[in-house]
Amino acid sequence: MATKSTTEMPSVGYGAAILRVIKSFGLLRESWVGMIGAFLVLFWVLVAIFAPWIAQFDPNANILPFAKPGTMAASGHTFWLGTDHMGRDLLSRIVWGARTVLTFAPLATLSAYTVGILMGLMAGYRGGLVDDILSRISDIILSFPVLVLYIIVIATIGASGFNIVLAITFASSPGIMRIVRGLTLDLRNRDYVAAAQTRGESDWRIMLFEILPNARGPLIVDACLRLGYVIITIGVLGFLGLGLPPPDPDWGGMVNETRQMAMVFPYMTLFPCIAISSLILGFNLLADGLREISLRD
Amino acid sequence: MVLLLLKRIGFMFFTMIVVSIILFMLLETGLTGDPATRVLGNFASDAQKESWRNQHGYNQPVVVRYAKWLGNFATGNLGTSIRYKGPVKDVLLPRLWNTAILGFWTFAIMIPLSLILGVLSGMKEGSLLDRSISIFGILTTSVPEFASAVFFSALFVFGLKWLPGTSSMSGGFEFKQLILPAMVLVVYDFGYVARMTRASMAEVMQSQYVRSAILKGLPYRQVIIRHALRNALIAPFTVIMLQINWLLSGVIVVEFFFAYKGFGALLLEASLNNDIVLLEACAMVAVVVAVGSQTIADIGYTFLNPRIRFT
Repeated sequence: MATKSTTEMPSVGYGAAILRVIKSFGLLRESWVGMIGAFLVLFWVLVAIFAPWIAQFDPNANILPFAKPGTMAASGHTFWLGTDHMGRDLLSRIVWGARTVLTFAPLATLSAYTVGILMGLMAGYRGGLVDDILSRISDIILSFPVLVLYIIVIATIGASGFNIVLAITFASSPGIMRIVRGLTLDLRNRDYVAAAQTRGESDWRIMLFEILPNARGPLIVDACLRLGYVIITIGVLGFLGLGLPPPDPDWGGMVNETRQMAMVFPYMTLFPCIAISSLILGFNLLADGLREISLRD
Repeated sequence: MVLLLLKRIGFMFFTMIVVSIILFMLLETGLTGDPATRVLGNFASDAQKESWRNQHGYNQPVVVRYAKWLGNFATGNLGTSIRYKGPVKDVLLPRLWNTAILGFWTFAIMIPLSLILGVLSGMKEGSLLDRSISIFGILTTSVPEFASAVFFSALFVFGLKWLPGTSSMSGGFEFKQLILPAMVLVVYDFGYVARMTRASMAEVMQSQYVRSAILKGLPYRQVIIRHALRNALIAPFTVIMLQINWLLSGVIVVEFFFAYKGFGALLLEASLNNDIVLLEACAMVAVVVAVGSQTIADIGYTFLNPRIRFT
């Protein structure tokens, strides 16, 4: 153990950890896959932030039904992607839909991570009975087919943004807990943890300031993948009619509303599908790039 | 060994019981809304609700109700569907059979495809072939099932007009209608299995015995087929068994999209129509299948991998 300590990473605070994360994103230049992913994600984040300026129409306004892409509106603006059966501008709905999904997906992921990390740290660091109970609970939740779980939860507590975040937290925190638990089991025997214990620091301080910052590598990669997965979930729930209540734009819901007309008006369904797929692809490629870089050093 | 088996099966039953309690709490108690209101609708009078509760035994203590409820499940009495106005069993069984057919074809295509691609890319880690396969896998797993269903329909149904757009099988069983749903499921899922196979294969290729087999001059093909594959395919077995769990989620979307009369569509229908009895039966079946396949995966893994068995 003593000989190993020279190669071990020293205990770091959050400031240094954040700096390192930013640096590792800088390293993305070396992975073109990661760069494409980062570009796609950045594109949609910018679209979501500047939605009010990009969208030329109110996303819920019924203007001109069944307009083909490129049709001019009476107001002088153009329906670049056409309108849907209710006369709503598709581009505006996709742009505002980006804001919806990029609000709820990170929120749900963050909430799942908070619960998962706390559970994982406790299970891994304390061990014993706490570990047994938490591991059993997560085994049971993970044994559910995910979508069945979502459908039952959403069907019983109702569909709303908050409930979707709640359901995703419930279903995905056990997976995060397993990862954090594994990492903690590995890290808790390091010298810097022993040093902190000798200094007399409290358990929670050690978990949150010594162990967690050093476990960030695999967690960041997992978070990117999970964000992509949460976006799929939100999309699928919207598609099944269990998503955010209408009329606010939501990509999955847009597909569900227009798919019966896909034979005559394929663009109504295709554009939201392209939007959601490209955003998920962005997160998955980003995760792949980050993993490639983290394996390199 | 026997102890391990018993332990695993014991945990399986424990999981099923806990899950059934969660289900019961969510759907049958007032925790998330009154069941009487859910079944009779918002406009039912209090007297109507009260008589419904009496008739269906909702005024008994929760524990008694749970015991009866579980007993009914265990003896195969699944109750009466409110929507279909008939025994749940008669509705559920044909649907399960349809989903089993869909699942069979999905696995029949997905398993060889993902194993071959995974082995090919794991053989030479970091090669051009490996990178192309893994990026192709990322690409296909990034498209949600409903989106790939839309893309495939646009191409094969509306564009080329090769395949039917719905799979309701209204004129009897037709294999053509099964192609698109199975294709969507395969495309979304094979990337993950391929990635797991690749990881397992790459690990085996770095092991000492493969290295010595290569160094003693065995033909490369023989090293792969006789030495590497045997060990590399243990881990994917577990992954494939666990895919059954995932498939139960996937079929919901795909069956809904293509109007295929399967189990997933039934579960969704039950939940959207507040058909509690049917929803419970569907959910229990889903959980039994999922937990059962996980148990088989675990037990099978210990049988296949002697390193675990003897420790």
